[in-house]
Amino acid sequence: MKALRTAVLVLFGAVLVIGGMSLPNRGDPDARPYRDPSPAGTPNAPSYYVRHAERDADTPNMVTVILADYRGFDTMGEETVILTAGLVCFLILRRGRPKEKRS
Amino acid sequence: MMRGDDDAIISLVARTVSPFIMIFALYVIFHGHYSPGGGFQGGTMLAAALILVRLAAGNDLAQLQFPRSWGTPLGSAGVLIYWGTGFVAMMGGGRFLDYAFLPLAGAAPQRRSLGILFIEIGVGLAVCGILTAIYDDLLEGRPHD
Repeated sequence: MKALRTAVLVLFGAVLVIGGMSLPNRGDPDARPYRDPSPAGTPNAPSYYVRHAERDADTPNMVTVILADYRGFDTMGEETVILTAGLVCFLILRRGRPKEKRS
Repeated sequence: MMRGDDDAIISLVARTVSPFIMIFALYVIFHGHYSPGGGFQGGTMLAAALILVRLAAGNDLAQLQFPRSWGTPLGSAGVLIYWGTGFVAMMGGGRFLDYAFLPLAGAAPQRRSLGILFIEIGVGLAVCGILTAIYDDLLEGRPHD
């Protein structure tokens, strides 16, 4: 059993190392996953982001530019979801106050 | 349950560390343009600094620092900053959340950079307020000293 566990561990480690060696370079606009069109048929969106993010928004961190500028609506929705979660916690948890006086 | 304020070490460490966590949280928010970070991460760290004081000093004493009625309004204010930035850009002639039309000085890329900063601040305030509010809501109705 222990030998099997070790073998599985080594196998996963080898898969990880081999997969990691063939990853594209960070920030390379011509890397295959950035260059190919998406399944929906959008051509080359990540490649555009990598090339133009700093010039478009004067911000070296392209993750920030994608998150807040290109995908601003998405982040707005996320923030609204957080506010909704907080309000729901408020409504559910603070309703128990009159019950507490009774018990 | 929350009896931390009778331990001098915990109280002193929490009081010393909390401002530094806040400073680093502000750094994470404002330096999000150049390094990993941004509103969500920085807001979480701000809330962590506030909740650390609540844990160490007791919930009642910590009301002096950040009253429990502030959490939800602060979260709403953050969301309003985000939406307000979008609407100001709309009033400037562009589309919703198109930061190039914000009424600021500088060329379009600089205006976009500042617009990103505004909404990161909004996100940070919202996350900080809501996380602290959820912690306070969970403590509501519990016996604490």
